[in-house]
Amino acid sequence: MIQLKHLSTGYRSRILLSDADTIFPAATLTALIGRNGTGKSTLLRAIAGLNPHYSGTIDIDGKDIRDLSAPALARRLAFVSTQRTRIPSMRCVDAVAMGRAPYTNWIGHMRKEDEEIVLRSLEDVGMAGFAMRTLDTMSDGECQRVMIARALAQDTPVILLDEPTSFLDMPSRYDLVRLLGRLAHDQGKCILFSTHELDIATEMTDAVALIDPPRLIHLPAKDFVAAGHLSLIFSN
Amino acid sequence: MLRTQSEAPARKPAAPAPKPLIHSHKMRITFTTLIILTFLLFSLDIASGSTSIPLPQVWAALSGGDCPPAVARIVVNIRLIKAIVALLAGAAVSVSGLQMQTLFRNPLAGPYVLGISSGASLGVALFLLGAPLFGISTAASALGIAGAAWIGAAAVLLIVGAVASRIKDIMVILILGMMFSSGISAVVQILQYLSRDESLKAFVIWTMGSLGDVTFSQLWILLPAVAVGLALAVAAIKPLNLLLFGEEYARTMGLGVKRSRTLLFLSTTLLAGTVTAFCGPIGFIGLAMPHVTRMIFRTSDHRILVPGTVLTGASVLLLCDIISKLLTLPINSITALLGIPVVILVVLKTK
Repeated sequence: MIQLKHLSTGYRSRILLSDADTIFPAATLTALIGRNGTGKSTLLRAIAGLNPHYSGTIDIDGKDIRDLSAPALARRLAFVSTQRTRIPSMRCVDAVAMGRAPYTNWIGHMRKEDEEIVLRSLEDVGMAGFAMRTLDTMSDGECQRVMIARALAQDTPVILLDEPTSFLDMPSRYDLVRLLGRLAHDQGKCILFSTHELDIATEMTDAVALIDPPRLIHLPAKDFVAAGHLSLIFSN
Repeated sequence: MLRTQSEAPARKPAAPAPKPLIHSHKMRITFTTLIILTFLLFSLDIASGSTSIPLPQVWAALSGGDCPPAVARIVVNIRLIKAIVALLAGAAVSVSGLQMQTLFRNPLAGPYVLGISSGASLGVALFLLGAPLFGISTAASALGIAGAAWIGAAAVLLIVGAVASRIKDIMVILILGMMFSSGISAVVQILQYLSRDESLKAFVIWTMGSLGDVTFSQLWILLPAVAVGLALAVAAIKPLNLLLFGEEYARTMGLGVKRSRTLLFLSTTLLAGTVTAFCGPIGFIGLAMPHVTRMIFRTSDHRILVPGTVLTGASVLLLCDIISKLLTLPINSITALLGIPVVILVVLKTK
């Protein structure tokens, strides 16, 4: 569960969010939408502990992220960014195994249970057959799935994804969001992802959060369209 | 096409797939081969020189066995030290290059990206060229040069480190390091331009690198410094693996990024800084050997790459030393001629 309390973000004179209060509960898939430059990434990065320039508080399962050490936060929250990660000669299993970093010892020794979680995570994203392939021989969509498997291996109650569908073709996009929904519902995770795809955001998720600076409008997906908020995204 | 979970059978326990996370038998064989190769080149390095000594006599001298006392003296007093220096220097600059390539996520980063070699050369230039300009005569002793180089390298790293602690973006640090190096080079050029011939020659010879100027007592500075640097490199293995994904990802996987950066800077100062102080800047080995190691082991895992790079770096610098002795050429020209093709290969391969 992510709780934002009186959260304000922005750069210098430009306010993106002002005094936002909301809760993203567990077992829920939420799409974060908004026009370019409205601060979707800024918000996600703030929640992930990568952007300390905000006021108010962000709680993960009741703990202020400012009070959590990097390893403690990494056991509660996993992040999949837009950054491409085709690391030469890194195998899928090794990439996913990195997700176990918050739990392994000083040199990253994988115990039996760690290896099992890694293989299960690869299976969850349908990439078990790619385990021994190296990332530089795979497509963007496949790498994306591996990075999501890595986030799953981190075994956190919260997962954030910054525009996870942007590199994918149409069928892969739907596959991916369906996968996220399943992970949210089957494993009780709180999953928040940003997207520009309004059909995906409104039809395949549980809830939609729209950033309409300086407001954050957060509603169940079915109420969102009914309330006519979609038009906000087309107006200036 | 992508398989979705709905068609998949119920969750199985860990598949009996090839043990994915344990490194294979093949790697053990490669490691053994490299260790034997390093040992062989180490012996050959001792054997080669102005008078070549047959390998059995080298081993006899090293193990205190039966060999002429004159040979034993050459082996133990002169060549052994030089071979140990080559071994340490090769391992040190290569591991340092590996660290910098991973930290900066740049295949063309090397041990000197942070300005260590330019800092060291500034120290040496001030010592050899600057002091005479002000009428201070400095004897061009090896220890004096090493001290000046160390101070120069450490000073530059302190400045870069101080700046780096305030900067979030690692690429900015890379650019600052490069600009800093260029600026220092300009100052060094001015010093060279103003200097007299003999001090200029002493400086130019330092820039060509030499493994032979380290005395037995200096080895007791070089050895512990490199040992501590390598120990820190081992301690940084997990951070390095996480940093492959970039600093932001590393942080979300629980890495204290600033502390890891400090650890890596410290390790690189000890490794590349000390070696440069005693042997001069050793070009291209530190840039090329991490790539060679990656090609040999076909992995990005630093648990393999760090020890692997120690071995490949050590053996290649031993090889360079042997060649430089056979041709009586400065070591830096050999490392460059051997290293540059590797670097070109890497650039072509990544494009």
